[in-house]
Amino acid sequence: MDAFVQALFLGAGYNAALVGIGAALLGFAAGASGTFLFLRKRALVSDAVAHATLPGVGLAFIIMVALGMDGRSLVGLLAGSAVTAGIGLVLVEWMSRKTRLSEDAAIGAVLSVFFGIGIVLLTIIQTMSQGRQAGLEGFLLGSTAGMLFQDAVVIAIGGTLAVAAIFLLRRPMTLVAFDPEYAAASGYDVRKIDLAMMGLVMAVTVIGLKLVGLILIVAMLIIPAVTARFWTEKSDTVVWSAGILGAVSGYVGAAISASAPALPTGPIIVLVSAALFTLSLFFAPARGVAAAVIRRQRFQARVHHRQGLLALARQEPIHDKLTLKVLGRDGLIRPDGVATDAGRAMAAKVARDERRWDVAREVHHDVSLTGRYDGLTPIEDVFTPDEIAQFDDVIGKPTAVEGA
Amino acid sequence: MGAEFVQFSLTPILIGILASIACALPGNFLVLRKQALIGDAISHVVLPGIVVAFLITGSVAAFPMLLGAAGAAIVAVILIEAIKRLGNIEPGAAMGVAFTSLFAGGVLLLEQSDTSSVHLDVEHALMGNLESLIWFKAQGWSSLWDAEALAGLPDELIRIAVVCALVTVLTVIFWRPLKISTFDESFAQSLGLPVGAIGFGLVVTAAVAAVAAFDAVGSIIVIAMFICPPAAARLMTNSLERQVAWSLLFAALSAILGYVFAGYGPLWFGAQNAVSAAGMIAAVSGLILALACLFGPYRSRVGVGREEAV
Repeated sequence: MDAFVQALFLGAGYNAALVGIGAALLGFAAGASGTFLFLRKRALVSDAVAHATLPGVGLAFIIMVALGMDGRSLVGLLAGSAVTAGIGLVLVEWMSRKTRLSEDAAIGAVLSVFFGIGIVLLTIIQTMSQGRQAGLEGFLLGSTAGMLFQDAVVIAIGGTLAVAAIFLLRRPMTLVAFDPEYAAASGYDVRKIDLAMMGLVMAVTVIGLKLVGLILIVAMLIIPAVTARFWTEKSDTVVWSAGILGAVSGYVGAAISASAPALPTGPIIVLVSAALFTLSLFFAPARGVAAAVIRRQRFQARVHHRQGLLALARQEPIHDKLTLKVLGRDGLIRPDGVATDAGRAMAAKVARDERRWDVAREVHHDVSLTGRYDGLTPIEDVFTPDEIAQFDDVIGKPTAVEGA
Repeated sequence: MGAEFVQFSLTPILIGILASIACALPGNFLVLRKQALIGDAISHVVLPGIVVAFLITGSVAAFPMLLGAAGAAIVAVILIEAIKRLGNIEPGAAMGVAFTSLFAGGVLLLEQSDTSSVHLDVEHALMGNLESLIWFKAQGWSSLWDAEALAGLPDELIRIAVVCALVTVLTVIFWRPLKISTFDESFAQSLGLPVGAIGFGLVVTAAVAAVAAFDAVGSIIVIAMFICPPAAARLMTNSLERQVAWSLLFAALSAILGYVFAGYGPLWFGAQNAVSAAGMIAAVSGLILALACLFGPYRSRVGVGREEAV
């Protein structure tokens, strides 16, 4: 625990601090850019992009070695990965637009084939004399051990640029994500914006390769966005809160990972992110599961409340346990099931409102008003006091319920 | 094509073909139902499944591994469905959340547990070890009639053959309900077919095929075979029967050509070592799909609406 706290405040050594800051920046960029992808309902395109980086890494290594350079230069490897990721992206677009295959098939095809080619290249590299210590497998799951200062700088600059691009492009991207037709009608070039969106995702993927690896970067793009969506209905807020959630996951994940051995950074970051998601899934207000359960229970109680009152008004016996419980709780019946004064008054009101609705349906032919009858909406919310008085004229004066 | 071929190449090729067919067969329906990425999700969660199985049993015997992987696949499917429904989240994102989290859990467990003594690592899970599944006892083609040599066939071959047969039989038995519910779910419902159960059954069958194939060839071929041959076949014909036939042909072709290119291709270029057969098989299946995309007789979409064309 001490080690964790220490890491949290950048006290776990130089390398751990670098990783932590890098992870937070990357997490922010990934969370924010992933949001557009998620809102556009194309979350898994990122999976294709991520897997398509592998052949680029391999090719870049082979080319750099052939040119007599150090094959492990991070910038070179990332540049290579960006090229093949871009090709993969274009292929997904092309396949789903030009052929009758759906986008998910295109995604799956590109990710598996590019990954396969990448694996072939890795086996070739393993047979090269310089390839044995290349450590390119680290790009599969990320490896932060022995991260150099310049690697961290690459991640930091890349992450900052990505965030800046998101800030500049947030309006058109939000528009396209929510309503591509409207965006097109407003004069935006939807395809270009889509490509920019994907380009951003590609950039984040490439930057994240070193830190979390190509399989798990997908999680950093998708999970914060889905999590943020639970908490707000406003698009701008989703983007930035996804960024913050991503940054927190990245930073806390890196700190946990630095606090003990055998805690790989990438998976820990993803698991922190997944924990935040699970919390939100259950406990977010409005959209969370707990909120939905509470809403449902309240609704149930209201229905039972009303049905119970109607039964009281009609002098019918109530057998349903939940109805008895709800009425008893509200002090409308006594434990032996007999209505209290308050109960009788309320029952009379409910019964009268029911008749008012009947009259309303005859008098008004406006379905937008009478159609709001669902048994739970108070009549006062729909009609003005004047109108209700008019209904009452038709019904006649209130009469006392039996026993009052 | 002598004794050496039988000993070193025959069984890997056979395993490759059977695994490809076992995956491509359910893949046809998954692609048509726009569930192609279920295969991707399943093959990722296989890793946590086998790690958990290893931690519980302490061995890398095949049966617990398969059971663990199948269990993880089913857990993943249920989890995806739960996230989709509870959170009201679109399927792609729900899938992305579920399988990456499970995969991350798997990697973490693997790092935490002491697996240094056994051959269990992420790269192996991804790439498989098709090349090592040789038929050690074979002396030549005559070994095919030699009971003693046959007993020495790699277990993976037997397992994948059984699973491949099972998948084939299931597909044949449930052909009509599968076909109807894939193309017109409402019609299937009105006929009284249990649409939900058929969909779940398909996914479970796919999971079983994925797990068995994964055991032999690694997860990368599994994803490729779920999608590439059926997708290519989809561009060749308008009839489901013919599509399935094409997909099986493409799957087998990918396995054979991929293995041959991986094993012998580098030698043609003067290199010494073979490259990853699994990767090459996936690459060949991609090549076939690319050709189908460019030249397939039914490649273009008919009746594209204006809004779809954007």
